[in-house]
Amino acid sequence: MSLSVKHLLGIKELQAEDIHTIFRTAENFKQVLQRPIKRVPALRDTTIANVFFENSTRTRLSFELAEKRLSADVVNFSASGSSVSKGETLIDTVNNILAMKVDMVVMRHSASGAPWFLANHIDASIINAGDGINEHPTQALLDAFSMREKLGDLKGKRITIIGDIMHSRVALSNIYCLTKLGAEITLAGPPTLIPKYIEDLGVRVEYNVKKALEWCDVANVLRIQLERQHKPLFSTLREYALYYGINKDMLDSLQKDIIIMHPGPINRGVELNSDVADSKQSIILDQVENGVAIRMAVIYLLSGKRELEQD
Amino acid sequence: MLKSTSALKTLLDHKQLNITLQRLAHQLVENHLHFKDTVIIGIQPRGVWLSDRIAEIVKDITGQSQLHYGKLDITFYRDDVHQSSEIHIPKQTDISFSIENRNVILIDDVLHTGRTIRSAMDALIDFGRPKNVELMVLIDRRFSRELPIQPDYVGRTVDTIITQKVKVYWQEKDQKDEVVLID
Repeated sequence: MSLSVKHLLGIKELQAEDIHTIFRTAENFKQVLQRPIKRVPALRDTTIANVFFENSTRTRLSFELAEKRLSADVVNFSASGSSVSKGETLIDTVNNILAMKVDMVVMRHSASGAPWFLANHIDASIINAGDGINEHPTQALLDAFSMREKLGDLKGKRITIIGDIMHSRVALSNIYCLTKLGAEITLAGPPTLIPKYIEDLGVRVEYNVKKALEWCDVANVLRIQLERQHKPLFSTLREYALYYGINKDMLDSLQKDIIIMHPGPINRGVELNSDVADSKQSIILDQVENGVAIRMAVIYLLSGKRELEQD
Repeated sequence: MLKSTSALKTLLDHKQLNITLQRLAHQLVENHLHFKDTVIIGIQPRGVWLSDRIAEIVKDITGQSQLHYGKLDITFYRDDVHQSSEIHIPKQTDISFSIENRNVILIDDVLHTGRTIRSAMDALIDFGRPKNVELMVLIDRRFSRELPIQPDYVGRTVDTIITQKVKVYWQEKDQKDEVVLID
């Protein structure tokens, strides 16, 4: 049994079967993380490079921990302060790293499609840690895993994704993942932040956040991606917070207790008020915990895909 | 020449298997009496069928309803994780008690090269430091060891060659209790 893919580039290419295999394996790793000795020797023969061309603390930390818990050797590369500033190409950068006998690459890049480009030029397995505004597969997997922990089978469950859908790779990966698992999705946010024709992916669109919250079982709230917006798409953060932010009164007025999620980092007071982010309905910290287990599962399952050393 | 079906030899039939289980369980009780500081751990995936049965019989014999009984999956401790192109998917590890300073009885169905038991001991050490570890197996394939590992409680010792395979059938899973040797 193994995954149907050699790399984890996007959820789009995954089969539902793969997702379930990843979940089952992640459950095992979650257990390992509860033990006094939180590691297993499974990948002690593997070296993994975290190649981050874009800033990240959370994702990089999570991947690094996952790799170390699997007993793999880890090298970290970040673009700032590297020879990328001297004009070294992507392929050259990665091939130089691979020449040092690195087996797997975890990459984050600001250009959508970069991991696919890389996969065509190198042999090692690649895990996409986020490419531009395209996909962030491990985030979607840990999101769905966390939802499943609280709600059981996601078939028929109602998920609303709220915020800057247009610039969010978390949103797109979530859409692919949840549709493969049979969930129903409504996107909510300002019209300027929701792409036209997105309904073609099998999702609903709602411009009134309150209505979306009344409909859903889970609200996955996204950060306003100021760094990706090159033109003004809403007037002020204050106006966004007023019309699209979630506060405790809104939550309390709903018929049922919905689950609140956020991939982090949270803009407190903008998309989520503190009393919501820190409430009992929020599973934001569970997401972080599950993130390590999910990444361990993905790395473990892809590790078998290496070409074996020739005698 | 037509390929004939694999030769099959029954090592233990239904009756013999159950008598053997009784004997193994009694040997355990003889050495550990009340199981106050002794825990039983079955090795996933196939040792668990045996350990389930042994645990039940031990509970019968001692009259205790509670026993420290757990299951251990060794997938992440294997020494051949990347040897094949398939990756192994683990089963449940369920050890809800401490093994610190306790006697551990590891149970597996067939002892062959000894590599599974080596993995199991490494996995066990990551849970704590047991006082001692004993090994119980249903079938000991005596001369095929690749590591210096020997069982403390044996159902039946069998001399086999590498091309042969020992298959254990359990009532709960295969609707019969039987151990066969396949050529």
